[in-house]
Amino acid sequence: MEKNVIELNKKVERRSFLKKLAVFALAPLTVRILAQDEKFKKVKKWILDNGYVPSDHKWGMGIDISKCIGCGRCADACKNENNVPRDPFFFRTWVERYRIFENGDIKVDSPNGSIDGFENIPAKEKILRSFFVPKICNHCENPPCVQVCPVGATFKSEDGVVLVDSDYCVGCRYCIQACPYGARFLHPVKHTAEKCTFCYQRIVNDKLPACVEVCPTQARIFGELNKKASPLVRFLRMNKIGVLKPSLNTEPKVYYANLDMEVK
Amino acid sequence: MEEIIQHLTPLLRDVWGYIFPNEVELHWGLLIVLYPYLTGLVAGAFILASLVKVFNVKELQPTYRLAMLTALSFLLVAPLPLLAHLGHPERALEILVTPNSTSAMAMFGFVYAWYLMAVLCLEIWFEYRKDIIHWAEKEKGIKKWIHRAISLFSKDVSEASVKFDKKWVKIITIIGIPSAFLLHGYVGFIFGSIKANPWWSSVLMPIVFLFSAIVSGIGMVLIIYMIVTPFRGKTLDIACLDKLASFLFYVMIIDFTLESLDFIHRVYESEESIKILAYLVSDKLFVSLVVIQVIMGMLIPLGMIAVMKIMKSPAELKKMIYFIAAILVEIGIFTTRWNIVIGGQLFSKSFRGLTVYKMTFFGLEGLLAGLAILALPFVILFVLTKLLPPWEEAKTN
Amino acid sequence: MKNFLSKIPEQVKRLSVLLVIIVIGFVVVTSYLVPKDFGVLGHYRASAVQSNANKEMHYAGQELCASCHEDILKTKMQGYHKNLSCEVCHGPSLKHTDEPDQFKPNKPRDRKFCPICHEYNPSRPTGFPQITSASHNQRKICVTCHNPHNPTPPQTPKECEACHGEIARTKSFSAHADIPCTRCHEASEKHKLMPREYLPTKPVKREFCGGCHATDAKSAPEIPRIDLATHEPRYVCWQCHYPHLPEAK
Repeated sequence: MEKNVIELNKKVERRSFLKKLAVFALAPLTVRILAQDEKFKKVKKWILDNGYVPSDHKWGMGIDISKCIGCGRCADACKNENNVPRDPFFFRTWVERYRIFENGDIKVDSPNGSIDGFENIPAKEKILRSFFVPKICNHCENPPCVQVCPVGATFKSEDGVVLVDSDYCVGCRYCIQACPYGARFLHPVKHTAEKCTFCYQRIVNDKLPACVEVCPTQARIFGELNKKASPLVRFLRMNKIGVLKPSLNTEPKVYYANLDMEVK
Repeated sequence: MEEIIQHLTPLLRDVWGYIFPNEVELHWGLLIVLYPYLTGLVAGAFILASLVKVFNVKELQPTYRLAMLTALSFLLVAPLPLLAHLGHPERALEILVTPNSTSAMAMFGFVYAWYLMAVLCLEIWFEYRKDIIHWAEKEKGIKKWIHRAISLFSKDVSEASVKFDKKWVKIITIIGIPSAFLLHGYVGFIFGSIKANPWWSSVLMPIVFLFSAIVSGIGMVLIIYMIVTPFRGKTLDIACLDKLASFLFYVMIIDFTLESLDFIHRVYESEESIKILAYLVSDKLFVSLVVIQVIMGMLIPLGMIAVMKIMKSPAELKKMIYFIAAILVEIGIFTTRWNIVIGGQLFSKSFRGLTVYKMTFFGLEGLLAGLAILALPFVILFVLTKLLPPWEEAKTN
Repeated sequence: MKNFLSKIPEQVKRLSVLLVIIVIGFVVVTSYLVPKDFGVLGHYRASAVQSNANKEMHYAGQELCASCHEDILKTKMQGYHKNLSCEVCHGPSLKHTDEPDQFKPNKPRDRKFCPICHEYNPSRPTGFPQITSASHNQRKICVTCHNPHNPTPPQTPKECEACHGEIARTKSFSAHADIPCTRCHEASEKHKLMPREYLPTKPVKREFCGGCHATDAKSAPEIPRIDLATHEPRYVCWQCHYPHLPEAK
């Protein structure tokens, strides 16, 4: 464990609002204690074997709906990269097709999560508008799945990625119930919760998540959120952005451009 | 793996509308229906017992000890369905060792331990201590040693110490009432706090759980009392039965009012999810919710008891009606749990489709295992009544 | 002291012993079972971050492919597939970078493969090149005419339909079915080679539609007429009528 920590002589940055509040409320007492604290306390940073420092990053994804062609290569690549069972009940990412008809009907489908493509069945009713929507774990800033995990087996890593500790998960499936996006499933062999990790094994090695790598139309953009120049920041600058189910206050870090009101 | 796929594949055909691909598998099945049902019985039976000690309802004295033992035997079984349903039961201790303070489920271990040890066991211990010592004196062999161990080798039966016992039974009962509320209210919170699920997410959920729990607990004690007493060759105390039925009646009215309030509130607010929930109620849950839970499990027994209260009826008829009403209530509350747990997973969180739940017969999540778990408390109760007879005549002076 | 102890009821003493045993037992078991790295970073095992990072990779990523196959990348960068990662078509190939001879990436040649992206589907964004494979050179596999690394077809398509399938399909159902695209759009030959750089023209005035639909137009009598002067003069025609399907409400 010790090898995973680097110590930097740096002032302690107090980001937490609550901490500030506490300092404010107990000012007379705490000022002296903390003043001492700041002089001597060293900031510890967790570092992975390859030198990757989680707290130096903050990852997110952008998805441009008007670019998605519904080829399903992302869902296929995800299963290849992460050894997700090939059966049509387990997906870390999938693509939905929306068809909104002139008579007001709305049809949504995602046969085998889009991996086998979408059959072009001419409907009786005329289509008003239609489009594809890639779905993935939103890596919420305020993740309900992490909130409900009874044992701390799912957590938001320092780089903002919501991960699962499969050696610690008890398989109670409370997180699956709590996820508003259907982004989690129970691995049929491991009997633990599974979800998108932004291909954590790839991003710590400076590679793109598999779905982003293979997207033929660059409908998916991956990058840093807290750097001035990153493909994602550019995406956020150039587009009008929406997130899924904003009313639930989960604060997703998957941002959609050209999002339609019917997408839930 | 193969088994799961074979179970899931035919379900794809029964899906209506659009559900997220990961939602085909329904995660909380029969076992999780049993869990709130069992804890509900615990809380209910305990509240009933507390009526005797705290509110001095003398008529219920014959059922006091029986209610306590019923609560204990159901409480001992309550964690079993949870454990059996875990993907990794061997890691269950993590919930006690590294509980996540923001998780309602993580609090289970502590609420459960508090209720089991600080409330139920302690109250039973104080209540029975004097009798256990007396029994142990007369007994021989293994039973003597079991009784001595249960009494923690206590020997003091002086008047002062018996008075001390009585005082503490009352104190613990007073602590126990909020604890019982906590135990079951918290089970309601597990569901009520899931904002992703509009069928569950309701501030009324804990309190609805609580009152339906009291209903089921009173009903269960009534049933057990009515079955066991004739078997022992004793006569049923009709005053006690009347009182039980009265309390059942009042609590059912509160429960029904709360459930109606929840329902009306949802319909009136008519949020985004109302269409799919309306479809859920009128289609998939029609039989279990409207027919069994509301009509059969609530309105009919309410009517039956009301008639018995208004009209003077012969004792035999009363007994029969009470018994049937209690059985209906038990079925009704079970379907209440079913409709909450299963119903909440039948619709997609995309609000565009419904899935199905097909119970298996064999296997840990199957009907057989469920029935076994449901039967287990009665076995434990039988053993407990042998060990700690709750009957009046067993008491020593 | 002794007096005080004897005043405590017997029950309390016995229960206290039990309580102490339970509490000590819990504390001992807990301290033994809590993982060492639990809580270092948050309410989780810090080493779980590493174990997530340790999972095996399968996709090499375009940069790695390019380090050996520079020539192919060069071709690819000139064509429409320039933004396409190699492994979209060739499949996960990290193994190939370790054992180039043992593990060979896929080379899909099936006529079913390219239509995964290029088959006509009305839900696809307009402008994305789509074909109807049933009527598109049925007997040939895609690579006979299209080099996948630079898929511009050897012969420029004669018909607009080859790329604008969606519009052609819509138009074929409409009253405008018989009107050739070129009646309204002027497209230079260069548009076929560099479609985005050389865009076709579009009509700009109401009078263009009026050429057929105005009350005084010299066109077939069955064509619906409109008085340009009084009919919604604030708008140009295509703000309300979709020219490829003018019947649409």
